[in-house]
Amino acid sequence: MKGTVDLMLSGVGGQGIILAGNLVADLALDAGFDVKKSEVHGMAQRGGSVVSHVRFARKVYSPVIVEGQATHLVAFELMEALRWIHMLVPGGTLIVNEQEIIPSGLTTYPKAIREGITSRCSQTVFINGGRLAAEAGNVRAVNVALLGALSKYLDFDVSEWEHAIRKRVPEKWMDVNLKAFEMGRVG
Amino acid sequence: MALLSGNEAVARGAYEHGVRVATAYPGTPSTEILENIAGYDEIDAQWSTNEKVAFEVALGAAFGGARALVALKHVGLNVAADPLFSSVHTGVTGGFIIISADDPGMHSSQNEQDNRLYARFAKLPLIEPSDGQECLDFLGVALDLSEEYGIPVLFRMSTRICHSMTPVEIGSRREVEVKDYEKDIGRRLLIPAHARRRHARLEEKLVELRQAAEDSPLNRVEDGARKIGIVTSGISYQYAKEAMPDACFLKLGFSYPFPEVLVRDFAKRFDCLHVVEEGEPFLEEQIAALGIPVVGKERIPACGELDQGIVARALNGGAGGKGRGSEPASTPPRPPVLCPGCPHRGFFYQVNKMRLTVTGDIGCYTLGALEPLNGMDTCVCMGASIGNALGFEKAQGRAFARKTVAVIGDSTFLHSGITGLIDMVYNHGTVTVVILDNSVTAMTGHQEHAGTGKTLRGEPAHAVDCQELARAVGVKHVKEVDAFDLGAVSEALAEATDTEEASVIVVRGECILRIRDRWGPALAVDPETCTACGVCLKLGCPAISRDAEGKAVIDASLCVGEVCSMCAQVCPKGCIEVGKGGGDR
Repeated sequence: MKGTVDLMLSGVGGQGIILAGNLVADLALDAGFDVKKSEVHGMAQRGGSVVSHVRFARKVYSPVIVEGQATHLVAFELMEALRWIHMLVPGGTLIVNEQEIIPSGLTTYPKAIREGITSRCSQTVFINGGRLAAEAGNVRAVNVALLGALSKYLDFDVSEWEHAIRKRVPEKWMDVNLKAFEMGRVG
Repeated sequence: MALLSGNEAVARGAYEHGVRVATAYPGTPSTEILENIAGYDEIDAQWSTNEKVAFEVALGAAFGGARALVALKHVGLNVAADPLFSSVHTGVTGGFIIISADDPGMHSSQNEQDNRLYARFAKLPLIEPSDGQECLDFLGVALDLSEEYGIPVLFRMSTRICHSMTPVEIGSRREVEVKDYEKDIGRRLLIPAHARRRHARLEEKLVELRQAAEDSPLNRVEDGARKIGIVTSGISYQYAKEAMPDACFLKLGFSYPFPEVLVRDFAKRFDCLHVVEEGEPFLEEQIAALGIPVVGKERIPACGELDQGIVARALNGGAGGKGRGSEPASTPPRPPVLCPGCPHRGFFYQVNKMRLTVTGDIGCYTLGALEPLNGMDTCVCMGASIGNALGFEKAQGRAFARKTVAVIGDSTFLHSGITGLIDMVYNHGTVTVVILDNSVTAMTGHQEHAGTGKTLRGEPAHAVDCQELARAVGVKHVKEVDAFDLGAVSEALAEATDTEEASVIVVRGECILRIRDRWGPALAVDPETCTACGVCLKLGCPAISRDAEGKAVIDASLCVGEVCSMCAQVCPKGCIEVGKGGGDR
């Protein structure tokens, strides 16, 4: 990997974004990179918009990514892709989970979100993470399924990813998560 | 090498550097400091009832010869400001650290005050780490400094330090013995005669500490190829370094008393200095006072957080506003919201329906202010609701008080609501105080408090009974209702607000996230009988939305089931039924 990887994970509180960020940060640290990771706790837990910033390179100072600089954006929810799409560097990797979660204050999901995403980023990779996770054995493994999709765009071996998953995921959910990762990577 | 958040790292630092007593009241972004310290058996860690008490307990421990710390969010230090200002006069025997976790950008706070100013105001040394490793290492330096000069030390962190993970090299614990206690009222007992002498001594200490800052390895020059001189501290250092890595830096880790000679020497090499700091012009004003030309807040915003983009634009001559990249797309906001099944929801639904004026407070229930519940008029600071309500009554009169309630959570009530309630009774207030009792400090992530019957470490403790407490301070009309019984909530509100004396309603329902064992199959709407009237949507439950025909639908993956069933209670057609929705929660 040349230069700094600026990975942003966006979604809704409760989707497993923080765990996913920790997992990538571990992976990068174990591979010998300097790593900084940042997110905000507190209010965000209550179903609000959540973002996690993971940055790694030979040397990293700031723990946050600035607009137009994210090399990778993984959105765990459709609208949370559009909300943060301006953070992506032109030509950056955008992976979007197709799940729709209606924000508080609205009673129906806004229209034309997907079109908004594709009009701004033609290379978008859409994933049905919920289906992949369910097929792997548990819908809650959607975060790891999305990391599987991301893994194709980061220069780590599958064995390194598996090592990081084993470090962070409880033993009883291990097989489901390893399967979800594999399905995300293939799917 | 481990990846630790700043909060984890400073907790590790407390362990490694011989801290024996640690106290706090929960507050984002500082909460995880004590939660992590609680994992070290060598440290006596406790949640206190509020920040002032937490400060006083830790100060007492330092009087008693032990290394101690208190961890507060920025506004928490306001609560503890009284003992803070005295403690610099009394001094300490064991090292005493006051951790202030500031929240620039107000991710979870009511303001973004810059607590570095407390160092100047209260006159104590200021240490500013800029990453996890420095949190761990600088805490040891701060403790040594505190003991050497017999003065508390302010250890200033901020959200992006507290909650960012960075690589940290950890070590082992160094035991520091508790020093013997010797009575010394000339220092520790601040009557005016003593305090005058202590003030004079404090001024001498500040001169000595200024020299310590001049010589401290925490303040360092980093040379670069580019002839631009930047003075910075804390997280701002990281942004500046990222923005312009080849500039020359004076990085201040021990920034008050201000190391004037160091700054003058650094400044000589440049026509003018740049200061990069979030929040107030704390360093800038002190540099300007030395007569050194300095560029700071004229380009660096005073509001919100900085980042490397803002700093780069400022250093390159522009105003540090919005940067490049495409314009953000227009998307509906996704604010935080009361959880599905939250016991607070029914109360706000009823006050909205009854059109009451509601003075609010700080906690999860502040979210009841948002659409569609619209259940709050004010939110000022911890404990303010009750005093505010009494003030409304004084301004608007008794009739207004019949349509006014103060709302406060159980943890906040014990924190500083109780004094407001005493004041209400004492001064003949007649407003209704509603204690939303979910039996936990929920917003900061479920911490125990004096009313829960458990300590920070989960040991059993006496549980304060809010009803008994209210009666003891003279409230004659005290009632408890089930938070999930909307009829009972409505009835209690009508009765209490009608009463021409102070009244208290405890609306009791455990935080739904703590009673997952009681979650059951989701409720479901019968589409045949639903008339799309939208009443259930006024609850603002994230599990309820409209289908294409406008009829209500319940998301079985979010609904907690019969334990809540508020939507079934409000549905005028009786078309929401328990146990029909399935779902595996």
